[in-house]
Amino acid sequence: MAVATLGLLAVIALQILYKSDVDAIGFETWRPVVYAYVLWGVALGVGQVLTRGEDGQRALFLLPALLFTIAMVIFPTLFGFYIALTDWNLSSFSGRKFNGLDNFWQMLADPYYRNALFNMVLYVLAVFVEYVIAFGLALLLNAQIRARKFFRVVFLMPLMLSPVAVSWMIGKSLMEYRFGPAATLARTLGWENPAFFSDPITARISIMVLDAWTFIPFMMIMLLAGLQAMSREVLEAARVDGATAWQTFWQVTFPLMLPVSVTAVILRIIFKLKLADIIITVTSGGPGGATDSVSSFIYREYRDRSNVGYGTMLAMAYLVIIVVFVTWLLKFANRFVRNVN
Amino acid sequence: MSVQTTDYTASEIRSPASFLANRVFIYGALIFWAFICLFPIYWTITTSFKTAVDVTQGHLIPFVDFQPDWKGWRSLGLSPDSIFQTSTVREEFLKRFMNSVITSVGASSLAIVIGSLAAYGLTRYRYHFAWFKNEDISFFFLSQLILPPVVLALPFLVLYREVGLLDTRVGLILLYTLMVLPIVIWIMRDQFNSIPVELEEAALVDGLSIWGAFFRIVMPIALPGMVAAFILAMVLCWNEYFFAALLTSTDAKTIPVMVASQTGSQGINWWSMAALATAAIAPLAVIGIALERYLIMGMTAGAVK
Repeated sequence: MAVATLGLLAVIALQILYKSDVDAIGFETWRPVVYAYVLWGVALGVGQVLTRGEDGQRALFLLPALLFTIAMVIFPTLFGFYIALTDWNLSSFSGRKFNGLDNFWQMLADPYYRNALFNMVLYVLAVFVEYVIAFGLALLLNAQIRARKFFRVVFLMPLMLSPVAVSWMIGKSLMEYRFGPAATLARTLGWENPAFFSDPITARISIMVLDAWTFIPFMMIMLLAGLQAMSREVLEAARVDGATAWQTFWQVTFPLMLPVSVTAVILRIIFKLKLADIIITVTSGGPGGATDSVSSFIYREYRDRSNVGYGTMLAMAYLVIIVVFVTWLLKFANRFVRNVN
Repeated sequence: MSVQTTDYTASEIRSPASFLANRVFIYGALIFWAFICLFPIYWTITTSFKTAVDVTQGHLIPFVDFQPDWKGWRSLGLSPDSIFQTSTVREEFLKRFMNSVITSVGASSLAIVIGSLAAYGLTRYRYHFAWFKNEDISFFFLSQLILPPVVLALPFLVLYREVGLLDTRVGLILLYTLMVLPIVIWIMRDQFNSIPVELEEAALVDGLSIWGAFFRIVMPIALPGMVAAFILAMVLCWNEYFFAALLTSTDAKTIPVMVASQTGSQGINWWSMAALATAAIAPLAVIGIALERYLIMGMTAGAVK
C-alpha cells in the first residue's frame, strides 16, 4: 500500500514536471494519473483487508463510492475555484492568466447575471403552485375511483419524457405562434396575439408551465404515497365527529401530510435550482435574457464566448448561494414542521 | 389497494344528488388532467405522419382530418419502404441511440454497484474516518444532490480535455454515475434498513463471511429495491442533456443532444422532428408503462416513514 501511494505521488510529480517543461520524460496527457489513482484505490482496498482483517472487509463496502466521489467532486470543485480566479478564454491563444478577483468584480456588475438570479427566485416560487396542483392530483388519485392504475400511469408519463423532447413537443410545436394547437386554443379563448415567448413575462410563465408539466408527477407520487400511508381511523373519527370534507382536509389531512409535503417541496426546489435544458432548447434565454436561469446563462457564456474563467466564477458564486440557501431551507423546514406538530 | 373515502362526508352520502356531483367533478378533473398529460404525446406522434399542409392547418385527427403519410419516418430512414435502403440519417440516429443506451446502462450499473455497497456499509457498520462518523458520510453522499451540474461542467470540460476523456462514452458514464449516486444510496439505504439484521447474524453464525452474507442473503432480498434504483437512474441518465451537450461533440453525442441540435438551422422540418422526438421518448414511455411499480417504489423510498 505504501508502495502504491509512493507510485501515485511519483506519477503526479513526474507529470507536473513534464507539463511545466522541467524534464523530458512524461506522458502526452494526464490520463496515466487517472490510472495511477485507480491502482492506488485498489491497493488501498487490498491493504485494508490484509492489515485490518474483518474491519478492513467492512471498510471495503464504503471505499469504492467514497474514492469515486472524492475524485469526481472534491478535486474538480477545488480546481474550479482556481479557474474562477483566472482570465481564461478557450478560443484565444493567450491561454490562462491569473487575474485574482477581477472576475468577481465583473460578476457583481453584470446585470444579466443578476437578472438570472432573480429569475431563479421566480422559478423557485413557482414550485408552490406546482405543489398545490400536485396535491390536488394526489387527492384525486387517492379518492374512490375506478381505473386508478390507468390514471396513475398516465399522470406519471410526463416525468418519463426527456425534457429536450418535451421542449420541442410543447414549447416549439404546441405553442407555435401560427398554427400550434395551444395558440389556436388561446385565440378562440380571446387572446388575440398568443405569442408565448416574445414578451418577457409571458415567456417566463411559459417556461414555468413547461417545467411544471414535466415535474408535477414527481411531487404527486410522493404526496400520494403519503396519503396512502395515512391511518384510516383518524379520518373515520373526523367523519364520525361530523366534520365536513373541507374541515377534515385542513385539520386532519393537511397537518398529517406536512412532513411528506416538506420533503417533496424541498426535493423539488433542489431539482428546480438545476433548471437549464428546457430554457436552452426553447428560448436560449430570450427574449433578451428574460427567461435565463443561472445554469442556462453560464452555458451560453461558455458556448458563445468560450469564457471558461468567468463562467466558472459565476458557477462557483451560484454554488455558494445554493449551499447557503439550501442549508437555511432545511433548518427552516425542520423548525416549521416541529412548530406545527 | 387501500380504498379511502377522504372525499365523503356524512351529509354527502345521504344525498344522492351531491354524491353524483362529487363523482362528476372527480372524473371530470381526472380526465382533464389525463388529457393534459397525453395530448402533447398524441400531437407529436400524429405530427410525424403529417405533411407540411396538415401541420400548418393544424389538422388533428388522422384519417378524418388528414391522410397519414410515412414522411417523417422516411426522413429518418425508419419507414417501411426505406428500412432496407441505406440511410445516413438512420445510421446517425442509431449511433446516437446506442450512445444513449450504453451511457445510461453503464452509469446506472456502476452507480448501483458502488452505491449499494456503500449504502449497505452505512446501514450495518459504524465507521469513523478521522472525525467523520456514519451520519457525516451519509450527509456527504446525499449533499451531492444539491450540486448543480453547471458547477462541475466547466472544470470537467477542462479536466477531460487534459485526461483525454472529452467526447467519450466513458467520460459521460463517470459523470452520470456521479449524478445518480446520491439517489441510489438514498434508495438502497432505505431498502437495507428494512431488512432485519438477524438474517445476517444467522448467516455469520453458519460460517459465511461478511461479503458472503451480503451476496448470498441480503442481495436477493434487496433486489426489488435495486431494480427500482436502477430504473430511476436509467431515466435520469437517458434524459440528461446539460453534460452531454457540453462534453460531447461527434463520437459520444446522445439522443437528447441530437434532438436539440435539429431545431436550430434551416427552419423546422415538422414531420422529421416529430418522428425523432417520438423515437427519443418511446423507450422511456414503454419503461414507464411496464415498470411503473418500480418507479414509484424508487421515488417514494424514504419519503414516508
